[in-house]
Amino acid sequence: MAEAVDVAVVGGGPAGLTAAAALRARGAGRVVVVEREPQAGGIPRHAQHQGFGVRDLRRMLTGPRYAERLAQRAVASGAELRIETQATGWSDSGDLELTGPRGREQLPARAIVLATGCRERPRSARLVPGSRPDGVFTTSTLQQLVYLHGERPGRRAVIVGAELVSFSALVTLAHAGAEAVAMVTEAPRHATFGAVRAAAALRFRTPLLTRTTIAAIRGRRRVEAVELSDGRRLDCDLVVFTGDWIPDHELAVLGGIELDHRTRGPAVDASLRTSRPGLFAAGNVLHGAEPADVAALSGRQVCAAVLAHLRGERWPRRLPILPEPPLDWIVPNAIAPHRPGHGRLLVRAHAELALPVVEVVQAGGVLWRGRVPHLGPGRSARVPARWAEAVDSDGGPIIVRVLRGRTGA
Amino acid sequence: MRRLPDFDFDVAIVGAGDVGCAIARELARFELRVALIEAEPDVGAGTSKANTAILHTGFDAKPGTLEARLVARGHDLLLAYADEVGIPLERTGALLVAWTDEEVERLPAIADNARRNGYERVRPVGRDELMEREPQLAPEAREALEVPDEHIVCPFTPALAFATQAVLAGVELRRSERVVGLERGDVWTVRTSRDALRARWLVNAAGLWSDELHRLAGHDGFAITPRRGELLVFDKLSRPLVAHVILPVPTATTKGVLVAPTVFGNILLGPTAVDIDRKDDTSSTAEGLAYLRDRGRRIVPALLDHEVTAVYAGLRAATEHADYQVGVDGESGYAWAGGIRSTGLTASLALAEHVRDELERAGLPLRERAGGLPAVGMPPIGEAMLRPHADPERIGRDPAYGRVVCFCERATRGEIRDALKSPVPPVDLDGLRRRTRVLMGRCQGFYCRAEVGALLGDDG
Repeated sequence: MAEAVDVAVVGGGPAGLTAAAALRARGAGRVVVVEREPQAGGIPRHAQHQGFGVRDLRRMLTGPRYAERLAQRAVASGAELRIETQATGWSDSGDLELTGPRGREQLPARAIVLATGCRERPRSARLVPGSRPDGVFTTSTLQQLVYLHGERPGRRAVIVGAELVSFSALVTLAHAGAEAVAMVTEAPRHATFGAVRAAAALRFRTPLLTRTTIAAIRGRRRVEAVELSDGRRLDCDLVVFTGDWIPDHELAVLGGIELDHRTRGPAVDASLRTSRPGLFAAGNVLHGAEPADVAALSGRQVCAAVLAHLRGERWPRRLPILPEPPLDWIVPNAIAPHRPGHGRLLVRAHAELALPVVEVVQAGGVLWRGRVPHLGPGRSARVPARWAEAVDSDGGPIIVRVLRGRTGA
Repeated sequence: MRRLPDFDFDVAIVGAGDVGCAIARELARFELRVALIEAEPDVGAGTSKANTAILHTGFDAKPGTLEARLVARGHDLLLAYADEVGIPLERTGALLVAWTDEEVERLPAIADNARRNGYERVRPVGRDELMEREPQLAPEAREALEVPDEHIVCPFTPALAFATQAVLAGVELRRSERVVGLERGDVWTVRTSRDALRARWLVNAAGLWSDELHRLAGHDGFAITPRRGELLVFDKLSRPLVAHVILPVPTATTKGVLVAPTVFGNILLGPTAVDIDRKDDTSSTAEGLAYLRDRGRRIVPALLDHEVTAVYAGLRAATEHADYQVGVDGESGYAWAGGIRSTGLTASLALAEHVRDELERAGLPLRERAGGLPAVGMPPIGEAMLRPHADPERIGRDPAYGRVVCFCERATRGEIRDALKSPVPPVDLDGLRRRTRVLMGRCQGFYCRAEVGALLGDDG
């Protein structure tokens, strides 16, 4: 049996690479990053546009440059990067099982950080009926085909979804010489930043069809058309399913740790500890896609508790944080009393609310009440966590809810 | 001087699904020149690929039919063959569950029917035992019959194994070649979309198109009405929910919706049964998917909390008859195996024996080839098998088996390479999927579709 490493990080995307570099910098000892792709960097590797690195690196980079930069920093910090190596499960003794060109092995580690990211729900998971022709992709597949393989995947595309990544798909299609004939969303409006939508409308003139779904995909070998819920038929040879992210939570589930059923990611406290001692989770595996730099900051956030665990700190007990509708989820979804951690909470709602008042309550007592700028689908709002100090360890779950039309106390 | 033969093949088999491939393999044992002609780009790519992947015992077949006899025999043959060549198969057994008073009352008749089919191992299971063995069943479950030999099998590997063995034994496989005309002179002239070939005997295993070929051959007697079956495949994380094939009590009109594990480690829910007009319409429908979800919720409620990995639809080659349509016309040198419905995969090896015997009786001389059929070993794509990615010795010999390309299904570069170099190589992504499991998983290509496409192209 190999000697245990100090920290194993699963996933070499923005969160994992950032966590590894930060852990090394703060003296975590031997840190190994396991990345199943031939290159580290994660999703930004094939998002060939600007806008990466603002919050974490204080720079404006393209996706591939950003991915490269994060990988270089991790390696320079002394973390070991094992590419083309997949963590496929857990051994009976709770170690990661790895498969890579150098063989099948177990990786004993004193602490493990799951940073396995997220993916877009494919057509089948969205139960879109019709035939099964070629030419139905997610944004990620589209971008890999276009940017990594130089292919031209089609001429006329319908984009399903209207969140930030959907506009990224729009840019990719333009790069590949394909026309986006429509952007289709079930929602009453797009779910990205107004400026992004406005720029896209000016530059691409792609119609945005709201309150519309794809009723069926048609075509034998290749996509020929989509039928819309309003009865219209759009001729196209490409359908791009965008967004609708789901955490890549397989290892978390196989590891038997508690999941939050709202995010489908691991349930974590504010220091990103999971329910299993020594196991942490960071980045988009916690909630689906946030911008890459937000995921990276989560990688930085996990360090303090990992280091504390390596020093022998006891794994704390925790209380759940429960969002009420129209809030869809909140991360972290638990809090360890007396050890509240730091950082902010991310909340996501399924209804559009401007300047809503949010309230945090425990056992009927208000811990915090305040305004957040915006709530809605497709992008998260941040709620400060300074109330965490006031949590009563015997007070039961913490409720987070939205008060509409009321001013703060 | 030696006279050139006035024919190219002794036997031309039209249709390389489970049935056609099994017949080709069976005839490959003998000193015959055999052609296997398939309209699709691959073997098993028509209705065979969308079967429910159950190895049937035939306990519920209509007693006295050819189907009942061939399914029972085929079950045993395929079970042994799976072991011999490495077809993924798990001996799960089935539980046929009654949900209402009326269904409970019908269980004895179903057990009786099984005995009339010569299947003696059906056993009643009380509610307590049922819930102990399948604790995730909805609480309305009442009683069950255990059918211990109803198993799950890979829906793809059988046709590939048959075809591989046939090709290695000298059968000429012609894919992407549709039969467009037939003429009978001294021998058959089979006109295809690419070629014309002459054969002394013609075997019709054309599945959904078997009725049309039958008429082209100058016969009549059955018509295919495609019966669409839609299926939902749930995420692997749902696999622990169910241990057996969960069968419904069949009604007069349908066998009903089942819940079954798959050999790839998923749970399958289906099929629907809707008669349709077009033989190429394998579309899923909003109504069908809603119906399946409703049924599934009543059988294993927790299943519906899981993500759906795949949705597909297959067409059963149903006819107006209650039995398979199989026969030989010795005069014109023509044999047919049509109207083979969802039991076709199970029955395939027995059907092949049966057709072989019929051909021999009608005058096809069968002289065994020395050495018999070549041994084959199919790729271990079953979840219960030692997969290459988890096999340290294999990776040690060849690191390509340690390089996972499809992360969801753990399909490796080595396996993709092997498939592309195999005797019956895939020509498209779908074919590669059926051989290696690439793109079959929960992400449906989010991570690897571009890379797999490139690998297929590189070697294609």
